Amino acid sequence: MEHETFYTDLLCVGAGLAGERVAIAAASAGFDAILLSLVPARRSHSCAAEGGMQAALGNCAMGEGDSPDVHFADTVKGSDWGCDQECARIFADTAPVAVREAANWGMPWNRVVAGKAKYWKGGEEFEAEEKKDKHGLITARAFGGTAKWRTCYTADGTGHTLLYTLDNKVTQLGVRVHDRVEAVSLIHDGENCTGCVARDLKTGKLRVYLAKATLIATGGYGRLYSETTNTVINDGGGHIIALDTGLVPFGNPEAVQFHPTGVVPTNILVTEGCRGDGGTLLDVDEKRFMNIYEPAKAELASRDVVSRWMMYHIAQGKGVPSPYGDHLWLDIRHLGAKHITTKLREVYDLCRHFLGVNPINQLIPVRPAQHYSMGGVRTNSNGAAYGLKGLFSCGESACWDMHGFNRLGGNSLAETIVAGRHVGLKVVEFLEGAEVILKSSLADQGVAAMAKRIDRLVNRTDGTENVYAIKDAMQLVMMEKVGIFRNGTDLQAAVDTLREIYVKAKKIGLRSSGIGANPELALALKMPGMVRLAICVAYGALMRTESRGCHARDDYQARNDRDWLNRTLAYWRDLDADLPDLQYEPSTKVMYMPPGDRGYGKTEIIPMDAPKED
Amino acid sequence: MSRQLKFNIFRFNPEDPSSEPHTDTFMLEETPSLTLFIALNKIREEQDPSLMFDFACRMAICGSCGMVINGRPGLACKTLTVELPEEITLMPLPVFKLVGDLSVDTGTWFRATNTKIESWIHTDQEFDPEAIEERMENDLANSIFELERCIECGCCVASCGTANMREDFVGAFALNRISRFIMDPRDKRTDPEYFDVVGTDQGIFGCMGLLACEDVCPREIPLQDQLGILRRKMAFQGLKNIFKPKEKGRHRRF
Repeated sequence: MEHETFYTDLLCVGAGLAGERVAIAAASAGFDAILLSLVPARRSHSCAAEGGMQAALGNCAMGEGDSPDVHFADTVKGSDWGCDQECARIFADTAPVAVREAANWGMPWNRVVAGKAKYWKGGEEFEAEEKKDKHGLITARAFGGTAKWRTCYTADGTGHTLLYTLDNKVTQLGVRVHDRVEAVSLIHDGENCTGCVARDLKTGKLRVYLAKATLIATGGYGRLYSETTNTVINDGGGHIIALDTGLVPFGNPEAVQFHPTGVVPTNILVTEGCRGDGGTLLDVDEKRFMNIYEPAKAELASRDVVSRWMMYHIAQGKGVPSPYGDHLWLDIRHLGAKHITTKLREVYDLCRHFLGVNPINQLIPVRPAQHYSMGGVRTNSNGAAYGLKGLFSCGESACWDMHGFNRLGGNSLAETIVAGRHVGLKVVEFLEGAEVILKSSLADQGVAAMAKRIDRLVNRTDGTENVYAIKDAMQLVMMEKVGIFRNGTDLQAAVDTLREIYVKAKKIGLRSSGIGANPELALALKMPGMVRLAICVAYGALMRTESRGCHARDDYQARNDRDWLNRTLAYWRDLDADLPDLQYEPSTKVMYMPPGDRGYGKTEIIPMDAPKED
Repeated sequence: MSRQLKFNIFRFNPEDPSSEPHTDTFMLEETPSLTLFIALNKIREEQDPSLMFDFACRMAICGSCGMVINGRPGLACKTLTVELPEEITLMPLPVFKLVGDLSVDTGTWFRATNTKIESWIHTDQEFDPEAIEERMENDLANSIFELERCIECGCCVASCGTANMREDFVGAFALNRISRFIMDPRDKRTDPEYFDVVGTDQGIFGCMGLLACEDVCPREIPLQDQLGILRRKMAFQGLKNIFKPKEKGRHRRF
């Protein structure tokens, strides 16, 4: 089978912030690196992060007294004790360094302005004195679930600006970026991963990448859902190729976050910074409600909690009726024109362009939408994937796992470059000691297998199922039955339906020729894998008979630390099977902070030492 | 009664020997708040699954979906059909290499140009992980962000008279990017060094001042101002160079 082959030390599948940060680490240490990306690197989903990244600098008045210890505690509480505390610790300690490093590379972080400043919280204005000795240092804003103002930002274009800053660094270092190239299978011998088979999305031709180390940094799997804030490329491609090895587990697939403020009807995100800066949520009577449900944190409780109360409030008949279903309002009018057109400039633009709403004097229609994948390719604290040597993962695609069952706002953008920095150094250590045998025969087999799959799709060998109909059916089941509130009956129905969809997904036949940059073929190749991921999410959720963070079971409302202080590991060992094998491991090996109350979101807790029931 | 929209879409698949450039017509019923993102996906899913176009964020921040919409470069995702007549003609952006139909290869073009203009902070200062950050005025950070908002969608390049005639012209995007670095004290490049990068016909002096770039920029970046400031700055540097010739070999050309 004719194909081009590329050799490198580090192959990064995905060129968003996490992939680029690891590539920068490798290139800075003198190693060769190639970045693969579905889209030009600067169009990666990292660019959509708006509000900022958390790092305990403690420069601004409302951040005074902050430290990595406080950040760590907020993160563990946010995760509802589902996180790996070793990783959360590394993360909180490294975040300030990563923020300053980005500043050194040109990131225009917003800065402290000394003197009296007016801020808003929960619709009330207050004054704070920004200190003279902090003038010009990196400032921060409030985000949900945090004890201090800790989210460093550049207006509300933080992800965009950070991505451009890092891609500039990648350009400077001369790292090769192969954009519009999709990894379609990993090359491995059962022990070592040595690269991937890929498809050039500009021409449709297959390629081989052989590498000493391979990193999966492909973002989340939000596109398993019909209503998501995620970009159209967040389809779980990296998870599929890892899971398909049968050796690498999908960690906590059921941990899926819904963001409170997706815009109705397009599900475009408006940043949590709106509420952080003092915006409020209003109901059909234009009255606040979060201050009643959550007296302490109000609109700034964690995302899982706010999203649940919003859906609850709508269910109480307090939603605003619309042709697109009931929604609630986000009110930032009181922040004023200057604030909105500078610090919330992107929100200002997108409300006007996509909604025809001017947020300076109008309310923004919002409703929770799928937003973030806490689950992912399970790795150890070095970012090394379970099950295959030489395979790493980092960023949203990984289950590293600092987020557990709920991620705090501002902690994902932070994770990309903080974990990226840490994992990057570990990848360099691996490369320094690597003695890797690259077998071309394995690559040839991989290419031949993929070419055969493509032929069967083009020739409709296995059937004539319509790939788009399958995608729609899968997304609908996930949205309706594996959403914010879950229960055993719906989850079982979801698993059953997804298994039927999976049978169809294996019988897809193309309606077009499949020649060149054909979009139907690209989707058809990954569709069965996407359904496998969806089954992992639904089945993981069905088996987890408790409520923790974003995983809220109506039929098991307590957080059960006695039986479920653990992480799901889903393995798909046999492609003919239609369910994963689920195993479990303790949430954390080290326990700096034993399970307790989060301080928001009323939950019954079954303690670790509670007696077992029969 | 909702409108029946008529889409005339450029079609060509360079990888298919049997494909010739032509226009296909698709009919679609207009629905409320219909954008070209939704319309094109509907056409692909319901009428022609081979139709090639690019979207990613679908919220006007990633820059994937630049195309020529009824003769004008713009982002398809933020274009509402209600703003357009019943007949909508879509063409791929010129200047960039065609991938197929409405899809063009902007990635290769922008990476090459960013490499050419050395789009990164030039500094000898090593990062010290133990040190606190250098101070900066907040207003300056905001000013840098204002120019950094460019999403490299390619609309300014596609609408540029010079870029359409000369493939070595770096385009308004690159000149704006250089303005961003000139503004940033962390970049230690001097005016003579910037002159070497953009003080040429491939750079600022290639601009004919037609300023379609400013008209079509979906991010409303003040390109006219930036091009004017940069032209003045570089012209002044050019004069200085005449009176104080540079040492031989210092002049870099691309």
